[in-house]
Amino acid sequence: MSETVLFAFEAALNGLSVGIMYSLVALGFVLIFKASGIFNFAQGVMALFAALTLVGFQEGAVPFAHVINATFGTSVHDFGFNMPTLIAIPAAVAVMVLLAWLVERIVLKHLVNQEPIILFMATIGLAYFLEGLGDLMWGAEVKRLDVGIPQGGNVWFEENTQWLGFGNENFWGFYIDTLNLYAIVIAAILVAALVIFSQYTKQGRALRAVADDHQAALSVGISLRFIWVLTWSIAGIVALVAGIMWGSKSGVQFSLSLIALKALPVLILGGFTSIPGAIVGGLLIGVGEKLFDYFMQPIIGGATENWFAYMLALAFLLFRPQGLFGEKIIERV
Amino acid sequence: MLYREAGDYKSSYSSDNQTFPIRFDRAAYYVLLAFSFLVVPFLLNDYWANSIVIPLLIYVIAALGLNILIGYCGQLSLGTGAFMAVGAYATFKLTTAMPWMPIYLVFILSGFVTAAVGVLFGLPSLKIKGFYLAVATLAAQFFLIWLFTRVGWFFNDSATGMISMPERTVFGIPVTGAAASAVAVYFSCLIFVVGMAWLARNLTRGNVGRTWMAIRDMDIAAEIIGVNPLIAKLTAFAVSSFFVGVAGALLFGVYLGAAEAGEAFGINKSFLVLFMVIIGGLGSILGSFLGAAFLIVLPVILKLLLVDTIGWPADLARHLEVMIIGALIILVLIAEPHGMAAIWRTIKEKLRLWPFPH
Repeated sequence: MSETVLFAFEAALNGLSVGIMYSLVALGFVLIFKASGIFNFAQGVMALFAALTLVGFQEGAVPFAHVINATFGTSVHDFGFNMPTLIAIPAAVAVMVLLAWLVERIVLKHLVNQEPIILFMATIGLAYFLEGLGDLMWGAEVKRLDVGIPQGGNVWFEENTQWLGFGNENFWGFYIDTLNLYAIVIAAILVAALVIFSQYTKQGRALRAVADDHQAALSVGISLRFIWVLTWSIAGIVALVAGIMWGSKSGVQFSLSLIALKALPVLILGGFTSIPGAIVGGLLIGVGEKLFDYFMQPIIGGATENWFAYMLALAFLLFRPQGLFGEKIIERV
Repeated sequence: MLYREAGDYKSSYSSDNQTFPIRFDRAAYYVLLAFSFLVVPFLLNDYWANSIVIPLLIYVIAALGLNILIGYCGQLSLGTGAFMAVGAYATFKLTTAMPWMPIYLVFILSGFVTAAVGVLFGLPSLKIKGFYLAVATLAAQFFLIWLFTRVGWFFNDSATGMISMPERTVFGIPVTGAAASAVAVYFSCLIFVVGMAWLARNLTRGNVGRTWMAIRDMDIAAEIIGVNPLIAKLTAFAVSSFFVGVAGALLFGVYLGAAEAGEAFGINKSFLVLFMVIIGGLGSILGSFLGAAFLIVLPVILKLLLVDTIGWPADLARHLEVMIIGALIILVLIAEPHGMAAIWRTIKEKLRLWPFPH
């Protein structure tokens, strides 16, 4: 095979693995949107916050160390022990559940029945709050996150794809990061777990009932507020998973929340209410932007990844506003 | 006892419809105008001008523009930063290509260029709305910034990729560039603010403004009663972008002097202006002023308090500021969804009755 095709394939393959990351963030959006009709802009920052918290726990860092030091002139930094990852992850999950509970208590409770756009802006506020809180609590420097997932090029994958070159001497097999392979597996497990949860457990059924019709769900005795805490907790856990994957890949830093913005075009492609849509949309955007960059780089220059997803979503919106898998939007006076 | 409408008889429609129907408000408005034109220039020093007064005036224009789009027409936009960049780059291109052109005219023309770009990116609003539109405007944000940092024509192929404002004069007084005095810059901004606030007020209470508000309140119903959504939405985008473009032109031309698209007009700018509009009050001219003032003054106060008094490092203060702004947004949306302007409205009602309870 010619090299152009092979390299395009490799770009697409890398796009797939980036796309999985977008999908993970988009998944959190969809969960909250389905259950409460809230477009949670803070999902990306939640991923950042979760990852920061996890790193903080792992390193045994003192929360607000910088603030304490600056105010009292001390120099505390950490408690002097490292928390094992297996304990740190449940602890981070607990923090995310607590956060979900607080968000319901402090914010959502007071904004019931407001227009969606007001709720959307409230989540923008939440995003800012969490961003500031995360930086104040754990410091703003780039942190390394290691939860024991192997990284680096995958030799096995490279060797086993070499035959695809069909005798092309310059081709050594596809390069793919082991971390990305793990990401694909973890995303699959996560989606399977979510499906099982929502199909076969009592809470899951209640969740689907609320997503279907708030008032009908209320009238058969489902607690709306409990369901909201539940969905925000699940979204927090999904955010933690996304944060771990992104964080292991490129360090825990602010750009994480910017990358997470890309989940928005993913949702437009996949539809706001569809979990498979989030996955497919993420993969499409991931592959699309890598291929576009690969082919267009010689013509219009690099870094098109910054805007390609948004422009694709924009073009998509004009023809199919409800997305690939979304429910048809019906409007009445 | 001053705040009374009793005895203030209106004998014509125009006096009944005036912006400040209460005599005290009218007087306060003229006093404020006189104060800002006649007194402030003598009190102004470089520190006050650069940290509060001039950014405040510029962001008031941007907030007015965004308020027209979000508050009056109900179309959410997250591309304000990019539209400000369009204004800035248009100013740069126009004034370097045609140095003879009066600089104020350049600023206004930049506004028109931005309006054209705004209409282009407003086209999707005919088909989509709400946060779908927000994502579409994000496309504008990222695409335009990419364009301005990648295509050499926009920054005249300067080695740094930055644009810098050459010196321009009005009646022989430099208003841009390093030689411009704080007072000259202040007057430039003030003239634009007064003119554009007047324009915004009269547009929003006129025919155009009413069609915008009809679209905002319920677009389908508005269409049924004969509002043309095409014209209403696109005029809102055009006018809004015009304001935002002029604000960007001023920000670059008279305030920053040199700018790089990604740094000066990133997505954070979009959010900053959005927050000004939310905190100040959606759909209120006064709100744009209050919101801009609040978000410009807050960081200065925090810096004075935390960095200069307690001795925190500047980045910590910055993080706390981000956190406070986020919390404030939520608080405002919960407690007073119409922002500081609504608080002022309540105070006004109380003042009218004071000192009697009913």
